[in-house]
Amino acid sequence: MKPNASGNGNLPWIKDEVRPKLRSWEEFYRNRWQHDKIIRSTHGVNCTGGCTWQIYVKDGIVTWEMQGLDYPSLEAGLPPYEPRGCQRGISYSWYLYSPLRVRYPYIRGALLDLWKEARSRHEDPVEAWRSLVENPEARTRWQRARGKGGFRRGDWDTAVELIAAASIYTIKKWGPDRIAGFSPIPAMSMISYASGARMLELMGGVALSFYDWYCDLPPASPETWGEQTDVAESADWYNSKLLAVMGSNLNMTRTPDCHFAAEARHNGSKMWVFAPDFNQVAKYADEWVAINAGQDGAWWMAVNHVLLKEFHHEKPEPYFLDYTKRYTDAPFLVELRNENGSWRPGQLLRANRLSAYAAVENGDWQFLMWDLGENRPKMPQGTVGFRWAKQKGKWNLELKDGLDGSDIDPALTFLGGESVEVELDDFGEGRTLRRGVPVKRIETADGSSVLVTTVYDLLMAQYGVPRGLTGDYPQDYNDENAPYTPAWSEKYTGMGRETLIRFAREWGNTARLTGGKCSIIIGAGINHWYHNNLMYRAGIHALMFCGCVGVNGGGLNHYVGQEKLAPMESWSAIAFARDWMPAVRLQNAPSWHYIHTDQWRYEREFREYHAMPQDGAGSNGNMDISHGHTADVQVEAVRNGWLPFYPQFNRNPIELVREAKAAGKDPVEFTVEQLKSRKLTFSVEDPDAPENWPRIWFIWRGNALMSSAKGHEFFLKHYLGTHTNAIAEDLAAGSVKEVAWHENAPQGKMDLVVDLNFRMDTSALYSDIVLPAATWYEKADLNSTDMHSFIHPLSAAVPPCWESKSDWQIFRTISKKFSELAARHFPEPVEDLVASPLAHDSPAEIAQPRMQSWVRGEVEAIPGKTMPNLKMVTRDYKNLFNQFVSFGPLVRANGLGAHGTSYAVEDFYDEALRTGPVTTWDGKSYPSLYEDTQVCDTILRFATVTNGELAHRSYRNMEQKVGLPLAHLAEKNRGVRLTYKELQSRPHRLLNSPMWSGLTENGRAYSAFTYNKECLVPWRTLTGRQHFYLDHPGYLQYGEHLPTYKPKPSPVQYADLRLSKAEGKTLMLNYLTPHGKWHIHSTYGDNHRMTTLSRGVEPFWINDRDAAEIGIVDNDWVEIHNDNGVVVTRAAVSARIPRGISIQYHSPERTFSVPKSPLRNYRRAGGHNSLTRVRLKPNLMVGGYGQFTFHFNYWGPTGCNRDTHILVRKLPDLKW
Amino acid sequence: MNVRSQVAMVFHLDKCIGCHTCSIACKNIWTDRKGTEYMWWNNVETKPGAGFPTQWENQDKYNGGWEVGNGKLKLKSTSKEKTVFNIFHNPHMPTMDDYYEPWTYDYQHLFNAPEGPDQPTARPISMITSELIQIESGPNWDDDLGGSPIYAQNDPNLKGLTPEQQAQLFAVERLVFFYFPRICNHCLNPACVAACPSGALYKRGEDGIVLVDQNRCRGWRACIAACPYKKMFYNWNTGKSEKCILCFPRLEAGQAPACFHSCVGRIRYLGNVLYDASRIEEVAKLPDEELVEGQRSLILDPHDPEVIHEARRNGIHDSVIETAQRSPVYKFVKVWKIALPPHIEYRTLPMLFYVPPMAPVMANRSDDVVNGVSDDLFHDIEQSRVPMKFLANLFGAGHESKVRYALRKQKAVRWYRRALTVGDVEMSTAERMLREADSSPEEAEAIYRLTSLCTFEERFVIPPMHREEAIQMLEDPLEHKQSVGFGFMMAPRRGM
Repeated sequence: MKPNASGNGNLPWIKDEVRPKLRSWEEFYRNRWQHDKIIRSTHGVNCTGGCTWQIYVKDGIVTWEMQGLDYPSLEAGLPPYEPRGCQRGISYSWYLYSPLRVRYPYIRGALLDLWKEARSRHEDPVEAWRSLVENPEARTRWQRARGKGGFRRGDWDTAVELIAAASIYTIKKWGPDRIAGFSPIPAMSMISYASGARMLELMGGVALSFYDWYCDLPPASPETWGEQTDVAESADWYNSKLLAVMGSNLNMTRTPDCHFAAEARHNGSKMWVFAPDFNQVAKYADEWVAINAGQDGAWWMAVNHVLLKEFHHEKPEPYFLDYTKRYTDAPFLVELRNENGSWRPGQLLRANRLSAYAAVENGDWQFLMWDLGENRPKMPQGTVGFRWAKQKGKWNLELKDGLDGSDIDPALTFLGGESVEVELDDFGEGRTLRRGVPVKRIETADGSSVLVTTVYDLLMAQYGVPRGLTGDYPQDYNDENAPYTPAWSEKYTGMGRETLIRFAREWGNTARLTGGKCSIIIGAGINHWYHNNLMYRAGIHALMFCGCVGVNGGGLNHYVGQEKLAPMESWSAIAFARDWMPAVRLQNAPSWHYIHTDQWRYEREFREYHAMPQDGAGSNGNMDISHGHTADVQVEAVRNGWLPFYPQFNRNPIELVREAKAAGKDPVEFTVEQLKSRKLTFSVEDPDAPENWPRIWFIWRGNALMSSAKGHEFFLKHYLGTHTNAIAEDLAAGSVKEVAWHENAPQGKMDLVVDLNFRMDTSALYSDIVLPAATWYEKADLNSTDMHSFIHPLSAAVPPCWESKSDWQIFRTISKKFSELAARHFPEPVEDLVASPLAHDSPAEIAQPRMQSWVRGEVEAIPGKTMPNLKMVTRDYKNLFNQFVSFGPLVRANGLGAHGTSYAVEDFYDEALRTGPVTTWDGKSYPSLYEDTQVCDTILRFATVTNGELAHRSYRNMEQKVGLPLAHLAEKNRGVRLTYKELQSRPHRLLNSPMWSGLTENGRAYSAFTYNKECLVPWRTLTGRQHFYLDHPGYLQYGEHLPTYKPKPSPVQYADLRLSKAEGKTLMLNYLTPHGKWHIHSTYGDNHRMTTLSRGVEPFWINDRDAAEIGIVDNDWVEIHNDNGVVVTRAAVSARIPRGISIQYHSPERTFSVPKSPLRNYRRAGGHNSLTRVRLKPNLMVGGYGQFTFHFNYWGPTGCNRDTHILVRKLPDLKW
Repeated sequence: MNVRSQVAMVFHLDKCIGCHTCSIACKNIWTDRKGTEYMWWNNVETKPGAGFPTQWENQDKYNGGWEVGNGKLKLKSTSKEKTVFNIFHNPHMPTMDDYYEPWTYDYQHLFNAPEGPDQPTARPISMITSELIQIESGPNWDDDLGGSPIYAQNDPNLKGLTPEQQAQLFAVERLVFFYFPRICNHCLNPACVAACPSGALYKRGEDGIVLVDQNRCRGWRACIAACPYKKMFYNWNTGKSEKCILCFPRLEAGQAPACFHSCVGRIRYLGNVLYDASRIEEVAKLPDEELVEGQRSLILDPHDPEVIHEARRNGIHDSVIETAQRSPVYKFVKVWKIALPPHIEYRTLPMLFYVPPMAPVMANRSDDVVNGVSDDLFHDIEQSRVPMKFLANLFGAGHESKVRYALRKQKAVRWYRRALTVGDVEMSTAERMLREADSSPEEAEAIYRLTSLCTFEERFVIPPMHREEAIQMLEDPLEHKQSVGFGFMMAPRRGM
């Protein structure tokens, strides 16, 4: 527009302002926009977003952030990834200079005073600590002050010396396995995670798991696929033609990815959303399935009924049948067992039971299919038996007999021949059904015969597909009493059969026409129920029946937590100090917290709330884990090496080795003898005895005392020894058999709690020492996720503000002080004995074909086979700091790998030594890990996803095992070497690697298990296939061998409301805590942006009619309580919440806007986890058996909390 | 014909996530200062809902926008006579209660609290008075509160819905909500500009951005009353009005405005259109039902040689004509007719257009069992949970036909893409649906691409601002290059 143009048409009141002088004021806004520097970083917050951000700096101050846009594009026809980054991420810059920022070290005043006084009396800091911690009065003094104010600004020297002294004392007095650390999900800032874990593992301390504790781990994934979790990146949603979104609120929790789902719809994809409330993602749905809370399993069971009936039985779809034969365990033979005159499904028939295969290697772990070609059972390749066989090259999915190489044309069904009626559990009605199943009789090597059927035939029976067989089969879809018909599902789901049938047909047809492009996007809304594994399995089966797993646009896309740490191999070597230590202490946190916080004491037998088969069913001579108390099963799991538990023993492991050596015995043999004679016991057998307590707890990168602390009030009571709002009673006396009972539970087990933080959150507020941590805009780190296939850096836009340091610098600093003190207390290296469980992706997967107890003499006590591994480890404490900053020699010697892969790295290690930087001590040099950036580069140099040569090498190695060509998958990118600086310049895509199951060449969207399906690489399961059937003896006892429906634990059975009484107008509601809009966990929720855009608190969402019933109107204060604790917050009233449930979005803090509770004598009310208490599902504790074998964050019971019920009333009296 | 160029916008509501990233992108940069705490130049509302400030759409209360009387267009809020009367007190002006009292917390208490018998907590304090307060409202108070008996029920757009339809919005059969992000519409006929007694507001000639001159503004606040969208705010610290500036400093550098850049739902489109300024008044006076079409007719075909000729004659740069030809806004609004202006009945001729959202199918409930009402793969738009009348009140001055047209075309595109990508729909069926929706396979393909596959560069076609020419009027651009940034910045001062 030329400046002389003026006047806007003929409207006299409007004129263009073009006079330049009058427009010079516009620089007012231009000046604001000017900035000095833009730096790339991201947010380490376990949001799973993993977005690349531009951080703007002006005047040396971070002013704001905007999303980066420079993602490489994927293949044509996929929407681009730009921009990524949500309302929470863009509010982060507030924290840097906010009044909530931890700028200096803080120490609890009560402790600091005592410490100063003790130090004045003791020249040796370790002695000073001893004088305090062994004085019950002093110890109680600072424990009781926890969380109640009284912080003092401290200095780094004092804080670090105290921490180091306490650590040394604890190692000497109790053992290193009494020092534990918790930090969430590493992928979000993996260097920072590694810092603390590395220090702890060098010490011999314990790293606590996170994924299972958060209940983010879907146990159905290891059950089905032998995989912790592997899912499609969000761009692949776009390839899906039917999206079933359940328990996952994409707008809220997958904010930067949500557009792919929205855009897929405009490309003709159909979207179904399942949620009890009209949630945010429901607005996108073509159809919102207003399913009753926690009843998704019933829905999918009935969907599978329809799919099997229509697409498998009545009009078999060739693609579905072919897929089911090749990629699932459906054709495998199951032995039927006669128990008390009835047939029940048993374990998979082992190949060595037949004379033809009697002598095969690992015969207990070889399984059978019925070959239609030769009309006989054959033993296919690809099973766990072949995986761990001496002769390599037959671990693949070719349908060939592993002995003679002949082809197999597997029979899915024996329909048409003999049949017998088999007992099936109907947990919904608490009864047993009998349904006819086609069978064959097979002669065994010992001359007897067994009755077998196929997994497929059992599935048909279990899902109730009428095929002309006798028994309790339903008449048709309208048979309401027969599980699992569409009519049956109505009473659980509240949704009509017409809708369900329509859904199932759309599902089947879409998969048929597209080769499996149906996907389920699923999340915590389902995974947090007690029976989540069953709900997930039912959904997974619909995918497997229709060939949807391992194809782009298909699959189970579970997004709960940022669990995908892409450069796993080199990272885990650094994080768990495997470069120095041959054995590590990795603890599954659910078991640890359940036992150590004494939450096990507040419940009785699990059968009170867990629907189980009739007594004795499925025991088959195995150890019985289907009765009693959860803690008892936990004890068996530790004894048998299924799960870890630390502390290990009721004695210091360093002392144990000394004793053995003094007695002239091999420490491992000595330990076994001592255990067998009960002179030595596992700590888990008497967790309340002082020698078995955890003593020091490091918390960093997370809010361990609030966000994830299921049973928070029990943490306060039993760990911290401070106030608690729990009123629950001890109930376990008489119920527990294997755990020693103390009449009074200990309070305040922890001597010292140390928190690293950039903000004063609940965990910081309750800790003894708070160390100021650098923010995500102040340090170097790496970030990866499963939502996309890029890897991002965190970078320092400004140096760590005030006195803060990066996590790496902090633990390095503590390590240095520790080593200084160790020079006096541990002048020579000491020997530690590490007990660890049987490990997934190791030969221990075939350790225990049966459940047998060495404690009861049913089997020999053999470390690593029938009991935990026992391994000697030398700890050189005075050189711990040197080890911390040096990439150790074991990597060079042993190579690297993960998920069962391995590759050599000598050349790259030597290259790193040549190019530097190195650290040198005791005359030897090592690649340096001193600086954060050096750690980043070391991880990138040694990982397959960022070093193409190593990916190639790892595929080559896998080729040997599999016997099929694979290395071509890495050929194209063989020359790629990514460095930290390159990541700072722009996002890079991860390379194909055999440790991940998706394929990404040529911009293809990552979708899980495409590698398995296309390259015939087995899943890491018992049969090498995807598992419908779970034949572990424990699963048979729990009736979870087949997919099934188990009712939710009822409020009465769950016993959260035994002592809580209604006072005034009160309502009982199910209490749900899904992820919310204004926070990621508790982060962001306390910042100015998020509190302003929400309601200044995390409100309690309640149905409008429910609210009216108890006289609550919107924004009223409400008091929410049960036996576990109390919450006081505001009400948000809406009809979008159905009656009977309530929502408080995860995760509020107690630190702001929380009044006091009249029901608890006006003590400060708590957060969402004040109302929860953890229950563990015992069958998830089994081990040493195929995919049911422990790995950190992969297997074990999860910390579920969805079944909680509460009472709510209007707050009668507001007090602050 | 008086051809002008205006930077115009489209928000695709079907894609909106309701995440508010846009709001914070804006706030971080522009309204994080003293005096601006409560301002949200960009905000996102839940519909049905009361909005921010509360019930801004209720012009019985606020008297914003224009009305036609005696064949003349006049401001509802003010006139020459009323200006003097209302200058110190305007009864229709929103008050603090209609916005909210900004607050923070006493965070330092967590660090400083002495040891006591109970846990300390940081209490809310007012950012205006620094006193402890109870939080009773906020700028996004009814977020996600569809089905709320207080907020959703009081949405002015429910007008004209039967009591039964209104009641259904609180039941599983029809319960629904969607998101409505809002910024200044940079209207063709801006009431705020017309209302200013000081002449401090202007519409920039080169791009149509409406600004408040921070030097000339005297804080009369007539603009606040006049803007029917309530997108003008008063800075209590400087005593000046402020509003969305469409990030002109970013646009001038060829960058999308911050709220557009940060839109992670990828719902936003921006590009210039050429329009005929000589017909603004004529169009603004049309009867309600003709307004949508009337405003559309103002937007000119940038490929038309006569338009190009007139544009050049008016000093519009060739490069700006070229971006108008590639403008995504032109396609959505003029070619495809699926983006509609909000509340055109306010007659300010907003230049931000919305693609109305599709919604899940309605349900029925019998014997406590719920079923969807349609057996089709994609239900008919009349079976959607958002009542057509409600959308018409928002985007059609109460008339349903334009909204229905936009939704039907969106739906037809989905059927078409389904037929292409899956094949469980016959292509002949899909093509029939396209015809019935006044579309074609070619158009469907184009709509699909710009909706789903759009890149940053396709969403935002920013006209070159030719700053060298603007600066040249003040000083030699070479001198400007050499000296820009030297000097002292002075914030506008309060008062005269």
